[in-house]
Amino acid sequence: MSNSGEIWVIGEQRRGRLEEVSLELLSKGMALSQRMGVTLSAVLLGDEVEEVAREFVFHGAEKIYLLEDARLRYYHSEAYARLLAGVIKEHEPQVVLIGATEIGKELAPKVAAKLRTGLTAHCIDLYVGEVDASPHLIHVVPGWGGNLVMHIICPQKRPQVVTMKPGVLPKTVRDDNKKGKIIRVKPDVTDEDFNRIETVEVVEEPPQGKSLESAEVVVCGGWGMNALGGFSKVQELADILGGVVAGTRPAVDKGWVDEARMIGQSGKTVSPGLFLSLGASGAMHYTTSFMGSKVVLAVDHNPQAPIFQMADIGIVGDLREILPYLIEELKKDRMPKKF
Amino acid sequence: MGLEILVCIKQVPHPDHFSEIRLDVDSGRIVREDIPAVINPLDRNALEEGLRIKERFSGRVTVLSMGPPQAQKALEEALAMGADRGILLCDVAFAGADTLATANALFYAIRKLGKFDLIYCGNETVDSGTAQVGPQLAELLDIPQVSGVQEVTFGDENILEVKRALEYGYMKVRLKLPALLCVTRDINRPRLPTVQSIMEVAQKEMVIWKAKDIGAPPESVGLKGSPTCAAGVYEHKAGRRREIIQGSTEEKVQRAVARLKELGVI
Repeated sequence: MSNSGEIWVIGEQRRGRLEEVSLELLSKGMALSQRMGVTLSAVLLGDEVEEVAREFVFHGAEKIYLLEDARLRYYHSEAYARLLAGVIKEHEPQVVLIGATEIGKELAPKVAAKLRTGLTAHCIDLYVGEVDASPHLIHVVPGWGGNLVMHIICPQKRPQVVTMKPGVLPKTVRDDNKKGKIIRVKPDVTDEDFNRIETVEVVEEPPQGKSLESAEVVVCGGWGMNALGGFSKVQELADILGGVVAGTRPAVDKGWVDEARMIGQSGKTVSPGLFLSLGASGAMHYTTSFMGSKVVLAVDHNPQAPIFQMADIGIVGDLREILPYLIEELKKDRMPKKF
Repeated sequence: MGLEILVCIKQVPHPDHFSEIRLDVDSGRIVREDIPAVINPLDRNALEEGLRIKERFSGRVTVLSMGPPQAQKALEEALAMGADRGILLCDVAFAGADTLATANALFYAIRKLGKFDLIYCGNETVDSGTAQVGPQLAELLDIPQVSGVQEVTFGDENILEVKRALEYGYMKVRLKLPALLCVTRDINRPRLPTVQSIMEVAQKEMVIWKAKDIGAPPESVGLKGSPTCAAGVYEHKAGRRREIIQGSTEEKVQRAVARLKELGVI
């Protein structure tokens, strides 16, 4: 592995709001740059986003390549991909990290294909290890619905481009004393970039209240909540624990919970302190999406359900009996604190 | 003149049987025999969308896949759903392909087939779920592409309005044909084959191409054309305590709550 190239984090901002995954990429990038003795840099595209760039400095980026233009205000697949491939070609980083967000999952393969280089998807870890007695960057990728993990390497082509699954890695801690250099790169945006695709509208309404990704407690209901006719007990538990409600794919299909709060491969990944799984049998694409949680408590009627293999504490039983007790028990516990 | 529509599909193990997929520790190989193979679920949505566009504007739907000989079954099923012809890229030269080498093989096949107005892919597969081949293929073809497609509206000639998913909302874009769209399950409900359509399969064209048939340079496809490769496969160890709490309902709940307190999470 060459020690010359930098490690790059492709920052993501939407309407000047920094996406949390960028901080996860920076923490991984920092660990790797220290291990490999190279510079950690970030790239940011947008319009009037110097404020965000400065945040990147406080979170550990030594250099920020900042590409600003009014036409780059919103993500635009063709303009963003062409400009990113351009700065990568010019500066030749050896590793490029991108968040596997809805946008990152589209942008990363475009950029990697332009560069005809290697790309791995939704990694859950990345470290320097040995393969056949030589050092490689090991990309840890969940496969087969999370049943197995693959170790992928990119032996020759550079840069190696990696998307990282959001919500798995720890974030960097902000340090106002950190110093870094913001390097302004004038983007050669042309009308041609917008010729084939034109953005009509961008509608984003982050849910009110606590975000799922930053919640300390997540209470997630599955198909088994059907026995209780819906999600009222899930909500009650979340309220008592000061947590956030989430659901599995079948629960979302039932309309019990918003799609924006779905836990799973095509939904969100969370790593709270406590994850409660209620009435979900534990399909792999679900269990792989909360594996970073500190403690997992599972309740399900089926003792053979795979969910119990993925839980710290398991209660086998009828949800209709267990949940009211659980709510009473936790309420009891909360009472004294209120007075 | 009708539209030339291409749908890329992949045959995958049935997702309901994923928990039966094992790792043979000695050989390091994934054991997936006896697991039924199906068309990747989102690729059905991709095909359905292609069929609907054809029914509305007239044209031809070609399905393209890369895989082992048995992947022909997936193509036959696509023909039974209503596609007009099937093409299978099947050759040892294609084996061991990562997403870029897969996109390369599809690219050379498309170059041989000629021009397409619309190319549909499922947004991701259930087995590896990278969602990469669609956007990579679009780059190689130098056509615009959108991932996470939930809705497509046809406007004036050669202009589409596409709604794509974002984490907490959506983005709408207008794009010019030719284009490649990677669709989600929200876009439609795939049809089932009818007796009539199944009987028509035998009359439809199905071809199998090797790497040399599509003029793909050996260094661009399969393992040789893959910048990335697997260094190992491991069982995913959850590392959980797996304590099943015993007792009456009341006891179970009390003990579980006590454990949560000990662990310091409530």
